Amino acid sequence: MKRTFGAAIAAGPMGLGARVGVVLYLLFLVLIPLAAIVERGFAGGVGGIWHAVVSPMAAHALVLTLWTAALMAVVNAVMGTATAWILVRHPFPGSRFLATLVDLPFAIPTLVAGIMLVTLFGPQTALGGWLTVHGVPIVFATPGIILALLFITMPLVVRAVEPVLIELDPAEEEAAATLGAKPWTTFFRVVLPPILPAVASGTIQCFARAVAEFGSVVVVSGNIPGKTLTAPVYIFGEVEGDRPVVAAAVSVVLLLVAVGLLLATRVLQQQFVRRERA
Amino acid sequence: MHRVSRAKRWGRGTTVLLVAVIVYLAALLLLPLGAMVAQVVRTGFGSLFRELLAPDAVRALELSIILAVIAAIVNGIFGIAAGIVFVRHRFLGRRVLDALSDMPLSVSPVMVGLAFLLIFGRGGWFEPVLQILHFKVTFAFPGLVIATLFVTLPFTLREVSYVLLELGEEEEEAAAILGASPWQIFWRVTLPNIKNALAYGVTLTVARALGEFGAVLILGGAISGKTQTGTTFINVAMEERREAAAYGMALVLAVASVLLLLVLEALKKVEIKEAD
Amino acid sequence: MGIRVDHLTKHFGSFVAVDDVTFDIPTGELVALLGPSGGGKSTILRIIAGLERADDGSVILDDQRVDHLHPRARHVGFVFQHYALFRHMTVFQNIAFGLQVQKMPKERREERVRELLRITGLEGLDERYPDQLSGGQRQRVALARSLAPEPRLLLLDEPFGAVDAKVREELRRWLRRMHEQIHVTSIFVTHDQEEAFAVADRVMIIHRGRLEQEGSPLQVLDEPSNEFVARFVGEVNVFDSVVREGMAEIGPVRVAVKKVESETVVRLVVRCYDIRLWRAERGVATVTRVLSFGDRVKVEATIDGGQSFVANFPRRSNLLTGVEPGCRADVEITHVRAYPVALGD
Repeated sequence: MKRTFGAAIAAGPMGLGARVGVVLYLLFLVLIPLAAIVERGFAGGVGGIWHAVVSPMAAHALVLTLWTAALMAVVNAVMGTATAWILVRHPFPGSRFLATLVDLPFAIPTLVAGIMLVTLFGPQTALGGWLTVHGVPIVFATPGIILALLFITMPLVVRAVEPVLIELDPAEEEAAATLGAKPWTTFFRVVLPPILPAVASGTIQCFARAVAEFGSVVVVSGNIPGKTLTAPVYIFGEVEGDRPVVAAAVSVVLLLVAVGLLLATRVLQQQFVRRERA
Repeated sequence: MHRVSRAKRWGRGTTVLLVAVIVYLAALLLLPLGAMVAQVVRTGFGSLFRELLAPDAVRALELSIILAVIAAIVNGIFGIAAGIVFVRHRFLGRRVLDALSDMPLSVSPVMVGLAFLLIFGRGGWFEPVLQILHFKVTFAFPGLVIATLFVTLPFTLREVSYVLLELGEEEEEAAAILGASPWQIFWRVTLPNIKNALAYGVTLTVARALGEFGAVLILGGAISGKTQTGTTFINVAMEERREAAAYGMALVLAVASVLLLLVLEALKKVEIKEAD
Repeated sequence: MGIRVDHLTKHFGSFVAVDDVTFDIPTGELVALLGPSGGGKSTILRIIAGLERADDGSVILDDQRVDHLHPRARHVGFVFQHYALFRHMTVFQNIAFGLQVQKMPKERREERVRELLRITGLEGLDERYPDQLSGGQRQRVALARSLAPEPRLLLLDEPFGAVDAKVREELRRWLRRMHEQIHVTSIFVTHDQEEAFAVADRVMIIHRGRLEQEGSPLQVLDEPSNEFVARFVGEVNVFDSVVREGMAEIGPVRVAVKKVESETVVRLVVRCYDIRLWRAERGVATVTRVLSFGDRVKVEATIDGGQSFVANFPRRSNLLTGVEPGCRADVEITHVRAYPVALGD
């Protein structure tokens, strides 16, 4: 149990008691519940989990969840970085309003977000009807899922990239210009490398968030098994259908994904810190 | 021969990018918001109001607000304590605990509901204890509280941790040298410094609490008047085809979110001003 | 040939940063833009580079108007005050950048980079990152980087502002030597008069956006065209006085002044080495402080009647015998410039 002298002072009255309290709180609120899922999920052993996962509905749900989240994450990475770039480097009248708007998905309940999307793109609306007729249905179809995920996770990449962009010295870009570099060259060779860790971190966060998403997807997707049923909605169905073991088994898979992504972020952060210090 | 290019502040490429970003944001964010407002107008404010004044709607809203306040207070205090413990202490397992406190952000709400159902429901680990205490967690208010606390855990913690890390220990050391006691240091040096971060984290906590759906649905069961929060009210109303009620509540929650958003922006501005 | 700046004007809102500046620099010359901070020097430099656009006037490089050319098309090298090195690239990659952009073949590129590393004395540091270098080393990398693509003009914006005094002196000498080797037309911006005089062939005094005077360092020093230049360049004393029949009076001290009409109120600008004092029984002034600066001694004194001044002496000057705070002294002014004071000045 080491603390630097200054840190011991700065901790103020938060000594051993606080530490114990914090640990217990996390233990009971986070660790034990997650452990319960793992315990119940493995009730049938590893075979049980495998069995639950390869059932057609579950397998499709997992695959659907993962690829829609991945596709959306890539789109978000590009558009999120572009948005951060515009907001930081090229403010225009109204950009402050737009910057505020970017944070909207953080504040809005996911259920309400789903409702908004259905209201806009639902088959009974003008826009939705037109799109369905032209073969691009949004609501009750996969595009709807991707759109919902895009809405929900949009701020994550922007918020991750913005502070790093602000730190960047614009003189470096000017220097590149005087050395003859075209704008794209400057972007790829001078701007992108320093912000890449932030882009990656934001993208991973957004992927993790998307895999877990329930409220908006359950409204928008229509939950058609084998077509638009995602893993969280599948789990919900199994819980409501009083099949907690199956629900827990599939949950274990999602949990593994979440933990894996968390570790990936930590490793990324370490690498980033190490390079800064180098 | 040199290719003559315009030395405008914004090249053609930048303008294209600008337009692309604006269109993207407008389409993704403004249009859905606008569509909902249009729908609300179509349904008519009158009928919305009437639905919202019904007792179950009022109770649902109350419940959401109470849960949000509880989450703000409890996880606010946790955020401060854990922030200090994770940033200023060094002990075995600190990093693991820090990572654990990030988990709620990636755990699906349905899994949260399932987890607590497993623990507190039939056949659960804590069932015998609850029986003895005649205390009900599942399909009751306490369950809602626990679910909300889980999903809102990281917000205040992350904001406070960040600020504590950035500020360093010097001010507290200076206070100590001047004779301050640990509590004095906390109240007069640490707390004022994290005030803004705390407010920001609490605002995010409230927003998340009001928006929680999956976990409270599973754990609470959306029993009208008892465990029906704002979001689960909307869900039930939609299933019962009571459009006015659903849209009304959705509007209320949307308006609340926008207000919270404005608070967040105001706090950001304060932060920027103080940093100068 | 060379560079010409013609009636350059730039406003930032209502603030006039550059006010109708015109000058000519022949090829191969090393010129300093000298002036107090905020006077518009950096703005002029940035306009020449294309990083800012002038509201009026034009920039002509090698007889070609470049006003509408983007910085990357001007073939101008720019060394920034805080180096602006690419933080995530090594020294080698930084220097190679401009060559890579030109799509120079790899072998030639490496040759050129190695040559520049040699010239700038950075051999062995090519794999380091900027944050592993000292301030002086970083500045040399910035210079090497901007010279790599063989620009026709080199611009340096307060290049030695961010390093400490000893390193600054070294870098100054080094820049002068480099210029003698490479001979590219160069303009550098500084507010340090010593620096401008030590490095440049010619100086241009820029104040409040205007070109006050241009000439060789000695010209500007000995023949300042107006009061500002006289006061800005070198350490000076300023006295208020009235000229009567060719003589100006500062208390009991009188000095001859040329070409000024009688009864004119003037400001007298006297360089600290153009005013001498020595210990005297009665004298006309009282010494207040004697400060030793290693190779120089500064003596502060007050002339009877209230006006005080500073005089510089070499360390072992005979005139300093017996001079100490409180003693009386006689004063002689050997060289003076008088500038009539306009009403309301």
